[in-house]
Amino acid sequence: MKHLLSTYDLGREDAVRILDVAEEMATVGTREIKKLPALRGRTVATLFFEDSTRTRISFEAAAKRLSADVINFAAKGSSVSKGESLKDTAQTLEAIGAEAVVIRHGASGAAARLAETDWISSAVVNAGDGTHEHPTQALLDAFTLRQHWARVKGVDPLGTGLDGMSVVIVGDVLHSRVARSNLWLLKTLGADVTFVAPPTLLPIGADAWPCTINYDLDDALAAGPDAVMMLRVQAERMNAAYFPSTAEYSRRWGFDDARLAMLDARGLDDTIILHPGPMNRGLEISAGAADSPRAVVLQQVSNGVAVRMAVLYLLLSGDH
Amino acid sequence: MNPADSPDRSTPVPTTSRTVLTGSDIERVLTRIAHEIIEANKGTEDLVLLGIPTRGYPLAQRLGQRIAAADPDVKVDELVGQLDVTMYRDDLRHGTSRTPAPTRIPGGGLDDKVVVLVDDVLYSGRTIRAALDALADIGRPKTVRLAVLVDRGHRELPIRADHVGKNLPTATSEKVKVRLAELDALDGEPVNEVVIEDHA
Repeated sequence: MKHLLSTYDLGREDAVRILDVAEEMATVGTREIKKLPALRGRTVATLFFEDSTRTRISFEAAAKRLSADVINFAAKGSSVSKGESLKDTAQTLEAIGAEAVVIRHGASGAAARLAETDWISSAVVNAGDGTHEHPTQALLDAFTLRQHWARVKGVDPLGTGLDGMSVVIVGDVLHSRVARSNLWLLKTLGADVTFVAPPTLLPIGADAWPCTINYDLDDALAAGPDAVMMLRVQAERMNAAYFPSTAEYSRRWGFDDARLAMLDARGLDDTIILHPGPMNRGLEISAGAADSPRAVVLQQVSNGVAVRMAVLYLLLSGDH
Repeated sequence: MNPADSPDRSTPVPTTSRTVLTGSDIERVLTRIAHEIIEANKGTEDLVLLGIPTRGYPLAQRLGQRIAAADPDVKVDELVGQLDVTMYRDDLRHGTSRTPAPTRIPGGGLDDKVVVLVDDVLYSGRTIRAALDALADIGRPKTVRLAVLVDRGHRELPIRADHVGKNLPTATSEKVKVRLAELDALDGEPVNEVVIEDHA
C-alpha cells in the first residue's frame, strides 16, 4: 500500500490487515507510556483546505503516538489565500521534509490528483475529498462495528470481517463522503448496508449501489439492524431546499427519543448508534440518543486514533 | 547458487538440511531450562515469562507448564505472557511492513518482576534489543533475563542469553528453522524439530 485514497479499491485482505494492526495500536492508548517508536524521525504533514476538528487532531495524535513529527497546515491564514496552488503547497511541504501528506480538500479527487501526479513522492492519505470519500472515517467505523460484532458473537475480532452484520446509514447521503466510503468498505467486509434518506438527499444513480434503499426510518429500524449510523445534515453544502423544515427532517429521519424507546421496546439490546461527528443535536440525533449507552460516538473518536496509527504505520514502513 | 540470485527468493530450495534437535531433544532441553530458571530465581516468586512472537510464545508456554508442574502455587496464565517487538525493530523501513502481534502482560504487570524473555533463535541480537526497548515502555522489571532454544552466534550487538537450549555453530549462509507443533506441520502432521538448512 503506497497511498490510502478510497475504500472503493481497498481489498478485504488489506482492510482486515489495517483493522488488525489498529487493534494492536489501540492497546497503546491503555499503557502508561502511550508512544511507540515506529516512525521516529519521519515527518507527517496534515494539509487541510477544509475545516476539521476531530480528523486533523486525530491524525496529529496518531502520528505523534508513533513518534513522527507533524507539520500542520490549514488553508485559512496561509499562502493559499494569496492564490498558491495545491501543487505548490504540496511541493513546499515535501521540501520541508514531509514523507506522508494527509489531505482534506473540498474538491472530489484532490487526494488522487496529488497521489497520481509526479508533483510529490510522499505517501498520500485522503482525509476527505469533497463528496467523494473519507476512507479513514469508514475504517474507524468498521473498526468500531467489528469490535461490537465480535463481542456480540463472542469471538476474537482479529482477522474477522463484518459478515452477516446489518448496518443502516441514515441521512444526507447525497453530500456524504462518509456514507460512500462506508458503503464500499462495509460491503467488502461482508456487511449488509441499508441507506435511509429523503429522496432529495440521495444521489442520482444510488439505486445501482450494492445496498438497499429505504425512505422510511421506522421501517428500517423495525427490521432490527445491528447498527445505525446517523449522518450529519451538512448545512454548509446545502445550497437548495432539500427538505421542507428541520423539524420535519428531525421527525422523519432523525434518531429521536421515540425511536430510541422503540429499540428498547423491541428488545434490540445489541443495536448500537454511530455518528461521525460533529453532531447536530436535536436535528439528526436527539440528545437522549446521543448520550444513551447505545451511542458509541466517543469510542469512534478514540478508535480513530488507532486506525490512523495503523494507516500511517503501514504506509510509512517497509520498502516503497 | 547464492540465494540472492535464485529466481524465486521467497522459497529457496535448501540444498542440504539436517536435524539438530528432535522433538524429544526439545522436550529435554525445555525441562532443563525450566529448572535453570527456577534455580536462578531461587524459586518462582515474581517470575514472568514473556515469549516473543511467533515461536517464542509457545516455548514460553511450555516452560511455564513445566515451572507450574514443579511448583503447584504457580498458574501458567499468571506466569506467561507475550511481548510483541514489531514497533521497536530497527529495520521497519526495509522489507515488507510487518503486522504487529498482540502483547499480553500477565495481570500483575512488570514492575519489580523478574522477566525472562523467551525466543526460539538468538542470532544478531537485534530482536532482543527491540524487546528490551518494548519492555521499558511497559514497566520497570527488577531483572530481565533471556532464555533461547538455540544460540547460533553471529551477534551484532552486545547481548547474551542466560539460558541456552543448544549452542549451534552456524555459517551465515545457513538458516536455522524451528518448528513447533503449536504452529507448524509437515505433510499435515504437527512437528517439533530444529533443522539447519544450507542454501550455500
